[in-house]
Amino acid sequence: MSAVIFFIAAIGALAGAIGVVALRNPFYSVLALVEHLISLSALFLLLRAEFLAAAQVIVYAGAVTVLYVFVVSYVGDGTVPLGPGGARLRNVAMLFVGMLFVELCIALLGSGLQAIDGKGAPYVPGFGSPEAIGEALLTKFLFPFELASLLLLVAAVGAVMLARRRQGGTTLDDVPYDATRYITPRSLFSGTMAEAVGALKPPIEEPTKPRPEAPVPAPTRGPSPVSDTSEHSQED
Amino acid sequence: MDLGWYLVVSALIFCIGAGGVLTRRNPLVILLCLELMLNAANLALIAFSRMHGNADGQIFALIVMVVAACEVAVGLGLIVAIFRRKLPIDVDELKELQG
Repeated sequence: MSAVIFFIAAIGALAGAIGVVALRNPFYSVLALVEHLISLSALFLLLRAEFLAAAQVIVYAGAVTVLYVFVVSYVGDGTVPLGPGGARLRNVAMLFVGMLFVELCIALLGSGLQAIDGKGAPYVPGFGSPEAIGEALLTKFLFPFELASLLLLVAAVGAVMLARRRQGGTTLDDVPYDATRYITPRSLFSGTMAEAVGALKPPIEEPTKPRPEAPVPAPTRGPSPVSDTSEHSQED
Repeated sequence: MDLGWYLVVSALIFCIGAGGVLTRRNPLVILLCLELMLNAANLALIAFSRMHGNADGQIFALIVMVVAACEVAVGLGLIVAIFRRKLPIDVDELKELQG
């Protein structure tokens, strides 16, 4: 049973990884990364790392990919075409990657470790549970834990400083916002957010003449049946 | 499953990520491929942690996840800064630092 789950999760993880690399649209790459991360968390569960599997799904597939999606939708999903070139060194890169894989396999499988061919150490209940991880983090690994929190703080401040608006120089904030520069045109009135805020022009309508059948509230009583009934009701 | 299978999957994911870093030119996709490589390292760490029956490798993987989150925040901040400067989002064009 665990072999079946392993192969399903491994194929999912590898397919997601290939999708991240091969897909042209960065948005689809992010979605492939989500699929890859969820498959990988299944592999973590098979390796008895329950807390890390949960953290993988919550932190990566939840938070980090949301950040990616925001930046992809801000920067644009590859609508600006890249310049020519790049295909010249692709074969060299593929050769390098193949050599790297062979070398990694030699290093991992030819290491002479006896336990690689086994299922690992006997399972102790509580291994990899949140209690065990938390106890280890707060006793044995207290210093890396505090250092990680400091690193997160520095990274958050650094990201804000990098992406803030600057004085001097022309940035995108100096030119007036033109929605049609950034939003790919699609059929108007298809429910986009730009139309909701009125940033897109409505389509040019042909000049319409006032409809003659428009129900004009007439103050004078006419011979229409509607006014007839009202007259009757008033007379009664 | 034998633990060697996990290590082979980890090596494959690492190589796919390395190939993406070498061939793609969109910095967003390069960041995604860096995520792939870090995740492959995480898988290997957890497999070895299972092999030894010692949870220290899982703590290592957790710290790697923290570092990856920091890298994503700073990298995406850089990409947003590049975009606001109206520079091309292409690592082949942004080569002024290579001397």
